[in-house]
Amino acid sequence: MNISNYLVLAAILFTIGAVGVLVRRNAIVVFMCVELMLNSVNLTLVTFARTTGTVDGQVIAFFVMVVAAAEVVVGLAIIMGVYRTRRSASVDDVNLLKY
Amino acid sequence: METIPATGLLGASWLLIALPLAGAAVLLLGGRRTDRWGHLLATGTVTAAFVIGLLCTFQLGGLDEPSASVDLFTFIQTGNLDVEAGLLFDPLSAVFVLLITGVGALIHVYSIGYMAHDPGRRRFFAYLNLFVAAMLLLVLGNSYVALYVGWEGVGLASYLLIAFWYTRPAAATAAKKAFIMNRVGDVGLALAIFIMFAQLGTTSYAGVFGEVGLLAGGTVTALGLLLLLGACGKSGQFPLQAWLPDAMEGPTPVSALIHAATMVTAGVYLIARSAPVFDETPTARTVVLVVGAVTLMIGAIVGCAYDDIKKVLAYSTVSQIGYMFLAVGLGPVGYAAGIAHLLAHGFFKAGLFLGAGSVMHAMHDQVDMRRYGGLAKKLPVTFATFGLGYLALIGFPFLSGYWTKDAIIEAAFDRGGTSGWLLGGVAVLGAGLTAFYMTRLVLMTFFGRARWEDGVHPHESPPVMTAPMVVLAIGSVAAGFLIVEAFPLTEWLEPVFGEPEEAAHVVAPLTVSIGLTVVMLLGVAAAWLFVGRREVPTTAPARVSPVVVAARRALYADTVNESLFMRPGMWLTRALVWLDNRGVDGVVNGTAAALGGSSSRLGRAQTGFVRSYALGMLGGAVLIAGALLAVTTA
Repeated sequence: MNISNYLVLAAILFTIGAVGVLVRRNAIVVFMCVELMLNSVNLTLVTFARTTGTVDGQVIAFFVMVVAAAEVVVGLAIIMGVYRTRRSASVDDVNLLKY
Repeated sequence: METIPATGLLGASWLLIALPLAGAAVLLLGGRRTDRWGHLLATGTVTAAFVIGLLCTFQLGGLDEPSASVDLFTFIQTGNLDVEAGLLFDPLSAVFVLLITGVGALIHVYSIGYMAHDPGRRRFFAYLNLFVAAMLLLVLGNSYVALYVGWEGVGLASYLLIAFWYTRPAAATAAKKAFIMNRVGDVGLALAIFIMFAQLGTTSYAGVFGEVGLLAGGTVTALGLLLLLGACGKSGQFPLQAWLPDAMEGPTPVSALIHAATMVTAGVYLIARSAPVFDETPTARTVVLVVGAVTLMIGAIVGCAYDDIKKVLAYSTVSQIGYMFLAVGLGPVGYAAGIAHLLAHGFFKAGLFLGAGSVMHAMHDQVDMRRYGGLAKKLPVTFATFGLGYLALIGFPFLSGYWTKDAIIEAAFDRGGTSGWLLGGVAVLGAGLTAFYMTRLVLMTFFGRARWEDGVHPHESPPVMTAPMVVLAIGSVAAGFLIVEAFPLTEWLEPVFGEPEEAAHVVAPLTVSIGLTVVMLLGVAAAWLFVGRREVPTTAPARVSPVVVAARRALYADTVNESLFMRPGMWLTRALVWLDNRGVDGVVNGTAAALGGSSSRLGRAQTGFVRSYALGMLGGAVLIAGALLAVTTA
């Protein structure tokens, strides 16, 4: 098993996710891209855990999943709230907290 | 000379200072309530001081060791400096006490009449009292610090008095000028006191004079020169003489008090009192001589050219104080002669100033002598007293000035060698010029055709003014004989200055006397030729020789001061202000503006767009990752 394959895959996934966060306007899609980035990190963690033969990385990966799930709950609630008031899920429409 | 603790009345000699000071306090704090009797109180306190001074002097004369000290209280006690406030009543201070309180009391009496119609009369008398108190402290203090307190008090009082008519810009300017030029001298005195403290650890006369011989030669010379600088400022001596004539802006009794009897003599007192210091430093003593000789010539030359009666008298004072500096610069042979001239001068110059005040009183405050003429008949008492003062000043045989000036000139010749002849020659020439300008003044004022403006009706002053003038005139006539021949001041001052050396008599005394009289008569004759014989024009002739122009401009003293000190000073301050505004303020304000501007620009980055924040974060993360990579792989 060559670990660099896993790492390259994780990097590709992370890049896709990052680009998605930066270029997409729809809050839902942005969210999914964030999930993609988190998962690429999880993949990296698991890969390193396998390589070193410890479970530390896998434990952390579980934590990331839990936190991501919790975050999604809050985030989706916010998106719903925004959509109700503005009839839009575009992240560029909510720029009230500016200078 | 041993100093003994004072007993009896001498122990109460602090009253001399306390009385006028209390008078000033009552008048200043009492306000309008004292308007009706304030002048009487002021005159009373000074007269009482005179009586006390007289009694103290008699008591002093009866002592075996004529030097009494009065310890008052600890003035300054810090570190290893211990200044005890105390008084020293010895023959030298006694002479000054009598002169200050005696002439001061007469001037107070005169002022009652002179200032009768002035709404600020109470204030005037308060300042006069303050002045007398400060001057008495100056001459009675037993240490240089006490002297300095009096010295500054006199400076303050003279400032207040010169600017008494403070609504006149000229008076306010003159007071400022006097104050500032005095400060220049005072810096010298202050530095001298610092040196005493640093080198000797004491400022009392006894301590300083006892140890001054142990100091290095250069230090003593510096001490002497700094003391001289202080003396020059107070006494209006070259190069600090320009303030004295301007100070004539004050009321005339002030001129008489400050410029004849008290303040300007403080410099002579300082040098005479510091005789043991100057004994150690021939260099500083020579500078005193030069200052005296130069000033006596400057005063005499400028006195010849002015038309303002008070300014002529002022330059005459400058010149006569020059004689006194010359005398005290000669060393032990001259101290007593200088003090004698000071005493005699106090009488006749005060009389002359009061006379000038009386003339101005009659002529509606006109000071231009070209607008006088023929006043001898209208003002007989003034004329008689002024005339006696005039004769005493020019050294008419057997009047005051003759005796005392003669002694100085003899002492100058006795110095021997080229310098003796030079100094004696200058002094004789100065005497001739004195005779010239004073005769010119008398001729223009009291003789010739009346050149009054319309509506002026000269009348003699009231008795309250003429009485002091008469007393001073009697003093002008008699003082010289009394203090030189009858009760020699030289002997009286022996405990202070030591036994006078046997006079060398390079030039026989009789020759000096006759020569001086001849020179004096030549001066009078010249004045008659130039002024008395001709018609005096009411306006000064415009076409005159460059010498006269220079003399009218006071030998460019003001121009020199202005271009050497005032202008560069103003440039310096302007440059500093510019530097402060642009440089210091610029740095501070610039920093603030740069921070403010950049922060408001940075604030623009807070767009509110989530995606731009995300880009920022990503960029930052990439940067950090790159940096870590670079560090770990390097």
